[in-house]
Amino acid sequence: MIEYRIDRHSGVATYVQLVQQTKQALRLGLLRPGDKLPAAREVVEATAINPNTVLKAYRELEREGLVEARRGMGTFVRRSLGAAPADDSPLRAELDGWAARAHAAGLERDDVAALFTAVLDKHFQGDPS
Amino acid sequence: MTDTAIEAAGLGKRFGRGKWALRGCTFRLPTGRVCAVVGPNGAGKSTALTLAAGLLAPTEGRITVLGTDPASARPRVGHVAQGKPLYPRLTVAETLRVGADLNPGTWDAATAERVVAAGGLDPEARVRSLSGGQRTRVALALALGKRPELLLLDEPMADLDPLARRELMGTLMAQAAQYGTTIVMSSHVVAELEDSCDHLLLVGGGRVRLAGEIDDLLAAHTRVTAPADDADLLSSHTVVDSRATGRQLTALIRPTGPLPDTWRASAPSLEELVLGHLRNPEAPVPTPAAETGKAPA
Repeated sequence: MIEYRIDRHSGVATYVQLVQQTKQALRLGLLRPGDKLPAAREVVEATAINPNTVLKAYRELEREGLVEARRGMGTFVRRSLGAAPADDSPLRAELDGWAARAHAAGLERDDVAALFTAVLDKHFQGDPS
Repeated sequence: MTDTAIEAAGLGKRFGRGKWALRGCTFRLPTGRVCAVVGPNGAGKSTALTLAAGLLAPTEGRITVLGTDPASARPRVGHVAQGKPLYPRLTVAETLRVGADLNPGTWDAATAERVVAAGGLDPEARVRSLSGGQRTRVALALALGKRPELLLLDEPMADLDPLARRELMGTLMAQAAQYGTTIVMSSHVVAELEDSCDHLLLVGGGRVRLAGEIDDLLAAHTRVTAPADDADLLSSHTVVDSRATGRQLTALIRPTGPLPDTWRASAPSLEELVLGHLRNPEAPVPTPAAETGKAPA
């Protein structure tokens, strides 16, 4: 089950944050087809945001074909997103090793992020982020 | 059933021969909304809530609550007044028992007890021994236990610590999500309500300055930064608030057409919208035609 975290100072609309976090969970395989999204009541109880904001986010995810609302049952994941490998994949292990080497070489967090972003931009030019 | 929680037309209240606390208020709040009543101290927020609760009679105009007059609607309305009136000599448990006795058939004991227990209150403690925030918790437990269709909360968060604030706001939102309860809550701290409310009633100087769905109100306004020379161009739009700083001017406007490319435009925050209108009491109020009769979001 996904747990949403609202950042009040991000400047990103709250419902967009919910959409983005759901997509992130789909990419990472934390949410899979058939999984149930938390009920609006559970989300608002934990985050104190307006119920309509949650419904708006779920409608947006439904419009994109990622989830479906089943009457009286809840909202369920229809399909996963992308192919980002889970925690135990070789790609992740390589990245993990690379980050460890960068750290050992004395790079700061921002240096690593800048380097990573530069390489990302080179390989994924023009792709939507 | 009605789809209107509160409707006011030309509503006014004057205490004695003094000045008007509220005058010429016309607005409609659809059911199922969480409405923020915002305004400076002494703006008339409490008067508006007390009129809706049926504890005051209007001096002029009219107000209907859940399709009827406020007094008849009272069994379906939960009201927490600013002073959180409770019986000081009763214990917490006795207070909840009174709530159960006064609301036969509708009393939700589980919810009321959960709200009290979440604050770690001793059921045998007397109300007079409780802190302000603890009393607020008991008052909210009473109002929620009534399982009302409409909750009127006057400054509900003022006495609460940040943790209790977050938890009780979550409880209120859960109530709205589960039962479609309409919630009206006042505060003079806008940031406190921004994420929880979807409807705004901005009161200033006893008048309604702005009313409607927050998303619609935000979408209708734009914050612009323009060269000071463009002051003439600016006035072709509806200007709510503007200030000149050196060669620049920044303004909150309701655009009446496309904006020049040389202007920087951005979406205002709720707080900017509220402050802009409060700073300029003469700013034109948007016509409510756009938001009346609209289907629930």
